[in-house]
Amino acid sequence: MNLYITLFSSFFKIGAFTFGGGWAMIPIIEKEVVDKYNWLSKEEFLDALAVAQSLPGILAVNMSILVGNKLRGTRGSIIATLGTVAPSFILILLIAIFFSKFTDNPIVERIFKGIRPAVVALIVAPVLSTAKSARITWRNCWIPISGALLIWQLGVSPIILILAGAIGGIIYYKYIEHRIHN
Amino acid sequence: MIYLQLLWVYLKIGLFGFGGGYAMLSLIQYEVVEHHQWLTSQEFTDIVAVSQMTPGPIGINSATYIGYVTTGSIWGSVLATTAVCLPSFILVLLVSKFLLKNHNNPYIKSIFSGLRPVVVGLIASAALLLMNKENFADYRAIIIAVLSLILVRKTKIHPIWVIVMAGFTGYFIY
Repeated sequence: MNLYITLFSSFFKIGAFTFGGGWAMIPIIEKEVVDKYNWLSKEEFLDALAVAQSLPGILAVNMSILVGNKLRGTRGSIIATLGTVAPSFILILLIAIFFSKFTDNPIVERIFKGIRPAVVALIVAPVLSTAKSARITWRNCWIPISGALLIWQLGVSPIILILAGAIGGIIYYKYIEHRIHN
Repeated sequence: MIYLQLLWVYLKIGLFGFGGGYAMLSLIQYEVVEHHQWLTSQEFTDIVAVSQMTPGPIGINSATYIGYVTTGSIWGSVLATTAVCLPSFILVLLVSKFLLKNHNNPYIKSIFSGLRPVVVGLIASAALLLMNKENFADYRAIIIAVLSLILVRKTKIHPIWVIVMAGFTGYFIY
């Protein structure tokens, strides 16, 4: 029983103190899970991270499920995930209940008029950094460009493009493999 | 009915959300703004801003928020948040053992080498869809966007501070 409380409070802390989610959460998860509680060794942590990244869904949630599952099976994974989700859930729910009243305020509306273009810039920034880490070159830049245009101009669902990317990856691999064998 | 739609939409977002928060944003936007029109483009941008300023992953934040505003009930939040996590549970508990042993498998590697460039396009589409009149009130908004982009690209400043500064700027110039 005690471990469940520690597990919950540890992931609650992870959920409550990381802004922006995703990669910002990883060092804090590592600190709690590896350094503080020794739930996972350093190698196990890196393996778990590789798996969490490979699967769809929210990275921090995937990590909570993996760590919880390793310690106490399915029940452990539910407790850890509840811990991760609880802080944002409570806070966002309060904001959702009161936000509409906020935005009617002319001062808040002015502030958000300034914030909105900055948010768009914040989304452009990771396009540039992920283009670098995904090794986008002149040869393969048609993939992200055509993908973005298909969603933007033709309203194609991102799910179609994700499936196309996965299938395209396999076909490309088999084609290269085929050429090597011949 | 709205509860069923919410469940279906967030199950899809959880199941196809590859590539982290910003890539997931394009999925959320497609479903919530373009397809179901639960939120306007402007409201969606505001939620992204709120998400950046509050702790937690954007996938959870958007599910909680949209679950509430579409149903007017806490149960909408509970449902959407559970739905976005559910595919992860099933996949992690089913395939984590397989992936741990096989994450060097050439087929799995080739799937991800195909997904990586697509994810870049997904994030770009999220940005392009938000470049509209609702979010850019006038030329001054373009200046704010360009300066914010330079700031996040050239310095190690945390995005929260960019939003705070942009908020102050908006207050004084509009």
